[in-house]
Amino acid sequence: MSASSVHSLWTTAAPVADKFPTPHIEYAQLSPVLIVFAAAALGVLVEAFLPRRSRYTAQVGVAAVGLAAAFAAIVALADKGYGTTKAHIAAMGAVAVDGPALFLQGTILLVGFVAIFTFAERRLDQRAHGNRVDSFAAQGSAVPGSDQEKAAVRAGFTSTEVFPLLMFAVGGMLVFPAANDLLTLFVALEVFSLPLYILCALARRNRLMSQEAAVKYFLLGAFSSAFLLFGIALLYGYAGTVSYSGISAVIDGTAPMNPALASTTGNDALLLIGLAMVTMGLLFKVGAVPFHMWTPDVYQGAPTPVTGFMASATKVAAFGALLRLLYVVLPGMRWDWRPVMWGVAIITMLAGAVIAVTQTDVKRLLAYSSIAHAGFILAGVIATTPDGISSVLFYLAAYSFVTLGAFAVVTLVRDAGGEATHLSRWAGLGRRSPLVAAVFAVFLLAFAGIPLTSGFAGKFAVFKAAAGGGAMPLVIVGVISSAIAAFFYIRVIVLMFFSEPKADGPTVAVPSVMTSTAIAVGVAVTLVLGLAPQYFLDLADKAGVFVR
Amino acid sequence: MSFPLLTVTAAVPAVGAVVTAAVPAAQRTAAKYTALLFSLATLVLAAVVLVRFDPGGNRYQLTESHAWIKDFGLRYELGVDGIAAVMVALTALLIPFVMLAGWHDADPLEDVNPNRRWRPTQGFFALILLVEAMVVLSFEATDVFLFYIFFEAMLIPVYFLIGGFGDRAHAAGEEEAARQRSYAAVKFLLYNLAGGLIMLAAVIGLYTVTAHQLGTGTFSLQEILSARASGKLHIETSTERWLFLGFFFAFAVKAPLWPLHTWLPNAMGESTAPVAVLITAVVDKVGTFAMLRFCLQLFPEASKWATPVILVLAVISIIYGALLAVGQRDIKRLIAYASVSHFGFIILGIFAMTSQGQSGATLYMVNHGISTAALLLVAGFLITRRGSRLIADFGGVQKVAPVLAGTFLIGGLATLSLPGLAPFVSEFLVLVGTFSRYPVLGIIATLGIVLAALYVLVLYQRTMTGPVKAGIEGMSDLKARELLVVTPLIALLLFLGVYPKPVTDIVNPSVNHTLSDVHKTDPKPALEAKK
Repeated sequence: MSASSVHSLWTTAAPVADKFPTPHIEYAQLSPVLIVFAAAALGVLVEAFLPRRSRYTAQVGVAAVGLAAAFAAIVALADKGYGTTKAHIAAMGAVAVDGPALFLQGTILLVGFVAIFTFAERRLDQRAHGNRVDSFAAQGSAVPGSDQEKAAVRAGFTSTEVFPLLMFAVGGMLVFPAANDLLTLFVALEVFSLPLYILCALARRNRLMSQEAAVKYFLLGAFSSAFLLFGIALLYGYAGTVSYSGISAVIDGTAPMNPALASTTGNDALLLIGLAMVTMGLLFKVGAVPFHMWTPDVYQGAPTPVTGFMASATKVAAFGALLRLLYVVLPGMRWDWRPVMWGVAIITMLAGAVIAVTQTDVKRLLAYSSIAHAGFILAGVIATTPDGISSVLFYLAAYSFVTLGAFAVVTLVRDAGGEATHLSRWAGLGRRSPLVAAVFAVFLLAFAGIPLTSGFAGKFAVFKAAAGGGAMPLVIVGVISSAIAAFFYIRVIVLMFFSEPKADGPTVAVPSVMTSTAIAVGVAVTLVLGLAPQYFLDLADKAGVFVR
Repeated sequence: MSFPLLTVTAAVPAVGAVVTAAVPAAQRTAAKYTALLFSLATLVLAAVVLVRFDPGGNRYQLTESHAWIKDFGLRYELGVDGIAAVMVALTALLIPFVMLAGWHDADPLEDVNPNRRWRPTQGFFALILLVEAMVVLSFEATDVFLFYIFFEAMLIPVYFLIGGFGDRAHAAGEEEAARQRSYAAVKFLLYNLAGGLIMLAAVIGLYTVTAHQLGTGTFSLQEILSARASGKLHIETSTERWLFLGFFFAFAVKAPLWPLHTWLPNAMGESTAPVAVLITAVVDKVGTFAMLRFCLQLFPEASKWATPVILVLAVISIIYGALLAVGQRDIKRLIAYASVSHFGFIILGIFAMTSQGQSGATLYMVNHGISTAALLLVAGFLITRRGSRLIADFGGVQKVAPVLAGTFLIGGLATLSLPGLAPFVSEFLVLVGTFSRYPVLGIIATLGIVLAALYVLVLYQRTMTGPVKAGIEGMSDLKARELLVVTPLIALLLFLGVYPKPVTDIVNPSVNHTLSDVHKTDPKPALEAKK
């Protein structure tokens, strides 16, 4: 089915403007999102009505089943051809059901599923008053250091509400890359951001730092939301519509003029400023320079399982939204946004890599590395070819599992104060626990893009797309910053394997089957996507067509 | 579908690495024998490759071809020409000696282990086998991208070998030794990774060019060559030069060519002698080999364009390496600089673009591998006995350990290319090949031989002759295991010095193929024309 016939599905619904139209919702096609939100709502009920003892099991179960069911729904939709031939726009133009959306939603669901395992880990920390505890504060509302907090710890409280929060975030992320009008985009952004702000504040250890991180994230996030919203308003002023296809039609000059908006429609100043502001809002979520300032602080302060989830899933969702915006709404504006994005990609790659060199904290290091990776992905985004889409899809899938795995390993290395994230504490880890160090080394090598790991396949794919799209200078900057980035990944390996262990060094906690599974999945995906990526590249190729 | 001999040759050490790594911590000796067995099996397979290779036959033989990652144009394509077959054989030949020489290098210092999972011995031997597998694959790969993958991936095991297993004896104490070791390992990795990443940009560039002109991107050497021959593929001059530079940079770092050589003395100085042999005699050969196979064949015009500069750099390498070797106080660093000088000769031979030069260069790769292994491994035995690698700590060794001194001398004489020993033949060929086209460079390069005599003989004189120094008195002579390492190498040096024909017979047709690639436009190499 060609894009124009897909387009007609949408345009036939529009002319009925004289009376309030009955919403026409394709429930089956939206089922993944609906299932996740239903599970999230169920989680809230569990939190409200179940006794404290049984909440943990119930919440983990609800969340896991919900995500698995949603993933099954995605697979079913893709199987029916919604990713390719039957791709269209559902829910009255609000949500696209097409290849990129399904691919990214599938990735987010799998990431969320694995993240549940790290959220649910209760073996790592010492027991507090005989109760097993996870990475989250006993009671989020208790002031750190207060009697109330001590009482909560003594009573063995745990924040089981993290699971519904995670589910709401996942639900928002599912809508984000599929959003087909600017308002849905904004609502989805808020739906996944708010739970993340709260999750960031819920660390059990270093609570003040965690809360500080959450406040920073919230303030800057609110700031970027405001930009996004303002940009949306300007774009509405320009086009008289918030729907992607509507705006793109106005840009192409094929849309009929709305007489009421004649004074502003087609005003290029509105378009350019609006476009810049919307892009800014998305680049903030992606963590691209110069909108990256929040990344290191938030990554460091947030509970590590949350960091892992956020670092991988948010990136997938935000890049998905960025791709759709640039490829669906703005292909006609390619010559306007490409030079700017070139600049952003170049400074993102270089700044991420260079600043990471000086980091001394594992989580901050991974934060800057994620910035550098955002730059690599942007190089693929800029290609504006079908190859560009599929390479970005593949890169996101590969990258998110490496990230999840790496942060899961970080949760294992502990001393009396909780996780030992300062790099000097990692000295000699290879001697103490060769297996954990080796696994972390695999993740680092994948980040560095060494052949035979998924990182290499992804990097090659985006660079190939960029080169094919005529952006060879970006590829050269990319390989140079990869070389810089390799330095700090290698430095950690040196530290783990070639330094003498410290006498009072951290211990490696023996994880339960939960975290072990998460790490094992990370390693498996890293190696499979590195050695035999063809199936997944095909999948990304097939999924690489946006519906308009 | 015939038996995939080349794959199996590479798979045996790879499987061996896994098996060796899986041997329980307490069974160290078993792990060593397992690794040795696998390396011997590889040697047998490499010998079969050499025998099955027909010098008069097709250019690439024993070929295998399968799709791997279609989207990237990556194919699993293997095939050997004469040069590759000989290099695979050299690799397979040296690895058992490396293992035997390093038999005790990775034994844990004390029996008390902080962790029962920490198995340095198993790791050491497994890593050596892993390096072997990757080196063999990169010699066999006829797909540029496939080659690149193993070219890059082999850095990781070598990196762990350098950083993880240093000399026991270090003048500056254990902590300082560990620091210098990890510095050397990081330097090695960063230099080579940077080179490799530059090459990656060129690899992507090559894909873009082929995808643009042929419809589908390809990395297959044979496909590219035939497309080029039939005129379907035409790489623009400026593009070709950029791509050539990208490839050459990576190979020049690996080889190493002045001024990109500075990682080698660190890496060889800080690693144990067997690992140093692995680096200089095996891994670095991939760099010079790749210049022959990829730079010249893929980018003939650009190669000719760059020749003057490369030749000058090669001559600088020869003289500079030799001069610095003369000034070294550390035995292993001395040999490292000597290697820089020798790699200069190899690159000189390759880019002189004459048949003698290139067969000489190929032969040089083999001979340098064997002679450096002999010299460096004996030096390693010496260093382990004394617990120091400073030349000043030795003296009069020939009085207490005559066999050790004698074998050291033969290794040294081979390094200075004494007639009758193998390196002489190759050095002579390289110089003749260079002289016929670039007489001035040939003359300057010859100075390198004089300097080689200086650094080898002075090294021998200071360490082996004279009064017996303190710390040398009770030095034991070579043990059976060590003799088992040294004797065959010396025998080979003598044999190939007198009768290099078996190697040159296999190599020559391939060299002529390569030359004809490069000289498509001009009729004959200068030397032949003169006849």
